[in-house]
Amino acid sequence: MIPTAFDYARATSLDDAIARLQAAGGAGKLLAGGHSLVPLMKLRLSEPAVLIDIGHIPDLAGIRESDGVVEIGANTRHHDVATSALLRERCPVVADTAAVIGDPQVRNRGTLGGSLAHADPAADYPAAMLAVDADLHLKGPGGWRVVKARDFFQGVFTVDLAADEILAKVTFAASRASAYAKLHQRASRFAIVGVAAALETGGGIIRTARVGLTGAASSPSRLAGVEAALAGQPATAAAAAAAARGAGDGVSELNADIHGSAEYRRAMIPVFTRRALEAALARAGG
Amino acid sequence: MAQVSITVNGKRRSADVEPRLLLVHFLREHLNLTGAHVGCDTSQCGACTVLLDGRSAKSCTIFAVQADGAEVTTIEGLADGDRLHPLQEGFWEEHGLQCGYCTPGMIMSAVNLLNDNPAPTEQDIRDGLDGNLCRCTGYQHIVNAVQHAAGRTREG
Repeated sequence: MIPTAFDYARATSLDDAIARLQAAGGAGKLLAGGHSLVPLMKLRLSEPAVLIDIGHIPDLAGIRESDGVVEIGANTRHHDVATSALLRERCPVVADTAAVIGDPQVRNRGTLGGSLAHADPAADYPAAMLAVDADLHLKGPGGWRVVKARDFFQGVFTVDLAADEILAKVTFAASRASAYAKLHQRASRFAIVGVAAALETGGGIIRTARVGLTGAASSPSRLAGVEAALAGQPATAAAAAAAARGAGDGVSELNADIHGSAEYRRAMIPVFTRRALEAALARAGG
Repeated sequence: MAQVSITVNGKRRSADVEPRLLLVHFLREHLNLTGAHVGCDTSQCGACTVLLDGRSAKSCTIFAVQADGAEVTTIEGLADGDRLHPLQEGFWEEHGLQCGYCTPGMIMSAVNLLNDNPAPTEQDIRDGLDGNLCRCTGYQHIVNAVQHAAGRTREG
């Protein structure tokens, strides 16, 4: 399958890429790992006139931590997130999530920023970004702006990102007691239901909980009912199971396709919520 | 048109290409390296897998212009003259193929796997080949082939 012809440019910096986006006047598209965009272009569902390759911009990839805040560059590939010793130790939910995206070849090419900006409703990363309450750093012609993950995702393939802005990095506070659990589509590995949990525990008590859901509905969301039910509870599997019960009840706009009906997805949300919570609790220090 | 220069199997290859030319078509049609196959053409089957800067990638989902300046290894670049690569030998010895269509991609994915993990368990091998589909073998002989190669590589 051959995409529509386009002009190709390699951006040398974020500002260069922004200038090229502006010059393209809405007909330009950013290319990072290309593992969402290129398949769409081959199907001619996307026909950009100009492709601006941001894959070679220096310093746009990498994982670092300072003062408890983790930063991941937008061009960081899923494989590098999945195998990051820093993330495995300090914020395992993010590494967990990257490790179960697609397959090894996809993880070798796909990027964090590309996945978030594309916002496929069945993508894995959005749940993790909600659970760690990530800040998404966007750069445009007027400079930088920061959007919370919970405000960034607005609907199917729709995010708070202007046509001349670039998602450059994400930052979040490390959360040790965190994990991701998903029911995956057997062939594509996309999430039918994916749940990411990040807990703050102390003295055997769950102080706060954040739980992100993806795959199940038209856009990712926090499971506020589960979070409220967990706060102040003992940090035990029994408390996790009790909080997870009914986790799917309030979720609206459930997806339905050949891989699972809306009812099936609603039934699976508590199951994978419980699994994510149990895995997160197993990593809690006390 | 765009000028690309890609080091393929150790040799620098330059050409003027349309930006929309996929890497797999550059390899097959411009360089006549037909080992990387076009299977599903939708980033799922892995028959087009090559190494791009040392890591496995589906060459049907990468434009040749993206690989400008990069190093690519295809199945044709594995053997040392008449001496097969341990993975090629493993597929030979363990009957790791029937029709052979998926084999170049399977082997390139297995190279990536053994580079990361020289002593994989059976489950590691199945996970490492998760991005490659075979419609003949049922996979068991492919797993055996990779185990054979892992053993040979460790013996040195």
